[in-house]
Amino acid sequence: MHIPCPHCGDRDQREFSIRGHAVGLDRPEGEVWSDDWHNFIHLRENPAGRTEELWYHGGGCGAWLVVERNTVTHKVYGTRLASEGRT
Amino acid sequence: MRYSGLNVLWQGLTGNKGWRPAWRNPDPKPEYDIVIIGGGGHGLSTAHYLAAEHGLTNVAVLEKGYLGGGNVGRNTTIIRANYSLPGNSEFYSHSLELWEGLEQALNYNVMHSQRGIINLFHSDGQRDAFARRGNAMINQGDDAILLDREGVRKMLPYLDYEQARFPIYGGLYHPRGGTARHDAVAWGYARGADSRGVDLIQNCEVTGIDIENGVVKGVQTSRGAIRAKKIGIVVAGRSSQVAAMAGMRLPIESHVLQAFVTEGLKPTIDHVISFGMGHFYISQSDKGGLVFGGDLDFYPSYAARGNLPMAEHVAEAGMTLMPMIGKAKTLRSWGGIMDMSPDGSPIIDRTHIEGLYLNCGWCYGGFKAVPASGNCFAHLMATDRPHEAATGFRLDRFNTGHGLMDEEATGAQHNLH
Repeated sequence: MHIPCPHCGDRDQREFSIRGHAVGLDRPEGEVWSDDWHNFIHLRENPAGRTEELWYHGGGCGAWLVVERNTVTHKVYGTRLASEGRT
Repeated sequence: MRYSGLNVLWQGLTGNKGWRPAWRNPDPKPEYDIVIIGGGGHGLSTAHYLAAEHGLTNVAVLEKGYLGGGNVGRNTTIIRANYSLPGNSEFYSHSLELWEGLEQALNYNVMHSQRGIINLFHSDGQRDAFARRGNAMINQGDDAILLDREGVRKMLPYLDYEQARFPIYGGLYHPRGGTARHDAVAWGYARGADSRGVDLIQNCEVTGIDIENGVVKGVQTSRGAIRAKKIGIVVAGRSSQVAAMAGMRLPIESHVLQAFVTEGLKPTIDHVISFGMGHFYISQSDKGGLVFGGDLDFYPSYAARGNLPMAEHVAEAGMTLMPMIGKAKTLRSWGGIMDMSPDGSPIIDRTHIEGLYLNCGWCYGGFKAVPASGNCFAHLMATDRPHEAATGFRLDRFNTGHGLMDEEATGAQHNLH
């Protein structure tokens, strides 16, 4: 699997580590436990098909990326910097 | 038809004309007391125990493909009861006991082989951790023996003991652990359930779950609507999709776990062996193939195949541990779809919808759990009370924080197990 990094170009999967679903961009407000936190930390849509995930380019530029990927075919559609947030 | 040695002899002498299919292939009825979604190991075992232990036979198992076509046919067939946390310990201990009586109970040869498992350790710290785990196993009533280096060498003379980087300090030996013929387990449970009147319905995909006022009423399928008073979801690998039909989001991520098998070789590896310094575990099948596997690829996947980095890691770890296997040619590799829960432990519980029950989250350890999972899920569905060996597998433990079972102590969070 190759992942196109916006900074570094098309790079091997080995250079990246995954954080999980891009739900990580939707961190709830506040510090009191609530269903929002449960939703954020534990519950997942877990789609079979197109999904968005957070990957870290630790073996490259060190950027956090949002990777749009297919979980059934492993096809990577595209990436963008996580710092751009939700689009 | 009851299977026996005498029966085999008689059939052999009379031209093998008397064998009958091991189960029927019925059309779905419009209504059942209980519908089990998923005809894999866990679903078939659930159906068997519903009929055999609770006398509930107006039951259907709905399978979208063929029986045993999912993870029960795609694993490395290892059976063990070497867990250390309360909740898990008693459950896997219960499962091992059921395994030991399974062939007699099912009148079916599942080729259960208690060849023993040896988990190797490679440092003083790892020895301490394994000694603790062994004590937990003994406290649970199971067996564990801490072997030193020479003890391991006596049993496994072919490992690389001169390895400078990862020296073998010893191993935790679990004599009652072993393997079984994975497909036969599914087939044996299928036959057990069918012979007691359970309808096993193949090529029947569930496309919707009917719920009225918070009570489950039935399912929509590719072969029509089927009404049911109780429905059990037992579809590891597709849990999130089926639960979504009931409007639920589960604490599950689906990951790929790869496994490999070599060409058939003469008997050489008598046990199940795991490497302690990389993800690699191996046994030899009765056909002679070396069956080995490693860790998750660590990205969500439904592809049922993995990528090269993990295949390379597994091969490197295997060569580090036992260079003698380097000449063996890999025949096949494949991937199973693992229901990963945040704490690495499964879920057997009711849901907030009346009559809807959930069995999922088996992570990469579902095969050894097949007997107890079905046994405990059947108990829950029949009596509405959790089986005493499975009280810890609650769905709400992630939200409440009570009773998390995190064997690896890494935290109850996705991508850490």
